[in-house]
Amino acid sequence: MRADRALALHLAVIALLFGLQYVLSPYHQGNLARIMVLATYATGYNILFGYTGLLSLGHALFFAAGMYGAGMSMRYLDFPALAAFPAGIIAATLLAAMIGALALRTTGVAFMIVTLMFAQAGYLTLLYFNEYTRGDEGFVIPQADRAIGLIDLSADDTRFIAAWAIFSVGLLIALAIVRSKAGRVLVAIRENEERTRMLGFNPFPYKLGAVTASGAFAGTAGAAYALLFGSVGASFAAIQYSIEPLLFVLLGGAGVVLGPLVGSVLMFYLIDYAREVTTAYLIVVGIALVLLILFARKGILGSLRRRSDGWLP
Amino acid sequence: MLNVTGIDCFYGDVQVLRDLSLSVQRGEILCLLGRNGAGKTTTLKAIMGLVPVRSGTITLDGETISTLPAHAVPKRGIGYVPQGRRLFAEMTVAENIEVGLQTRGKGEKTREKVLTLFPRLRDRYRQRAETLSGGEQQMLAMARALAVEPDALLLDEPTEGLQPSMISLIRDVVSGLKDQNVAIVLVEQRIDTVLSLADRVVFIENGVLRDEAHAADLKNNPDLIRKYVGV
Repeated sequence: MRADRALALHLAVIALLFGLQYVLSPYHQGNLARIMVLATYATGYNILFGYTGLLSLGHALFFAAGMYGAGMSMRYLDFPALAAFPAGIIAATLLAAMIGALALRTTGVAFMIVTLMFAQAGYLTLLYFNEYTRGDEGFVIPQADRAIGLIDLSADDTRFIAAWAIFSVGLLIALAIVRSKAGRVLVAIRENEERTRMLGFNPFPYKLGAVTASGAFAGTAGAAYALLFGSVGASFAAIQYSIEPLLFVLLGGAGVVLGPLVGSVLMFYLIDYAREVTTAYLIVVGIALVLLILFARKGILGSLRRRSDGWLP
Repeated sequence: MLNVTGIDCFYGDVQVLRDLSLSVQRGEILCLLGRNGAGKTTTLKAIMGLVPVRSGTITLDGETISTLPAHAVPKRGIGYVPQGRRLFAEMTVAENIEVGLQTRGKGEKTREKVLTLFPRLRDRYRQRAETLSGGEQQMLAMARALAVEPDALLLDEPTEGLQPSMISLIRDVVSGLKDQNVAIVLVEQRIDTVLSLADRVVFIENGVLRDEAHAADLKNNPDLIRKYVGV
């Protein structure tokens, strides 16, 4: 059964990630926890960019909404971590639905610009209300608050498991979305929106659904980042956090469910090693992207899939 | 069955269809003939709701469809195969058909029916659409339109650029659909195909329906063809 083959692969990857905590050094274990949170972000972004064909340059806003939704509700409303986490997700999801409804009046380059504008406006708003947001220097969530019951989310092993659980759930949800009937319509919209309309589908609700879902993923990652790593700040709403998931997706393979994970791991370590060698590490990232465009335009898994008769979702 | 009554359509300020009326019944093939730019494709697009109708009405079985949004028209049971195929290139043959089936919630039975019409697609079932030959792509475009089990089917130059064997296959499928009581509107440039397939022919010139004739009469008297599409 080809369907089960894909599910088995994804479950195997999840199991592999879980197992890695027993093998990796504490340093790499910490890295991997961070990577899995960022990969969750990119996995959601992939639903919008890779599957629906909509390029947003504003997803940092949803990441930051999740982060601030969780962080501010803890700081000002004394929410426990268990309530702050969903608060962040809800904040980001609502914001994504609202901004999606407005930005989707445009397409193509205009959609990129409009999403970028919204994100920049959000970023500047965070800085403007610095008194409450501590936007410029960020604020730290006290370690004592970063716990669910007796489970301390700031400890290395529990943090890893929490990041792993969030990523795993996100990955399986993304897999379910892209293999659903609605997921097929998303791909049809990416391939030819006009033709999809001629076949009897109204593209708008599907596209809005994709923006909202990817916003929810971004918010989940942002809230998780706040709780697991303790820092909240406006820099997470800046443009580079919108471009990051795009790079992860392009490197790993747009329109492949596992692509963002592969892209996140490689890009994270590429930057990590390049930093040891030179302060101009972005040159290395740039060269990697040029090579990617020249030799593997579909990304690593995207290129692999073209040889695998297309069973990889 | 499908009735177009006195429609006017515009691209911006330019009027492209003027007071155009036509009708097609179940089990009938109506062919639109005319020179390039006459308004044949625009007529099909107007029926599909892709070009707004400024005045006049289009009805399907008595229900007005010219006021519906474009995405609602196929759900009423009209299939459309646009010129140039327009497949979902990255999707497999299976997925392309699947999207068509989803339009009106059709299932296994329809899939089998469509694949029986085009057995070649069965061999290519897991291939990406972009890897198919031109003829196979045309088959897939038709298969996808037929997956909605249409009561009316609009075909825009389905034999364009295909080899003779493929043309005759597509011809057979179209006449088979006619036997299944589908109403068919065909835009076609090949006179021999038109004369062998169509029941009636309408001639369009500058967005105006100029003449109408039974295909059988045209065979003996090709003057109209010479007048409207001859060089």
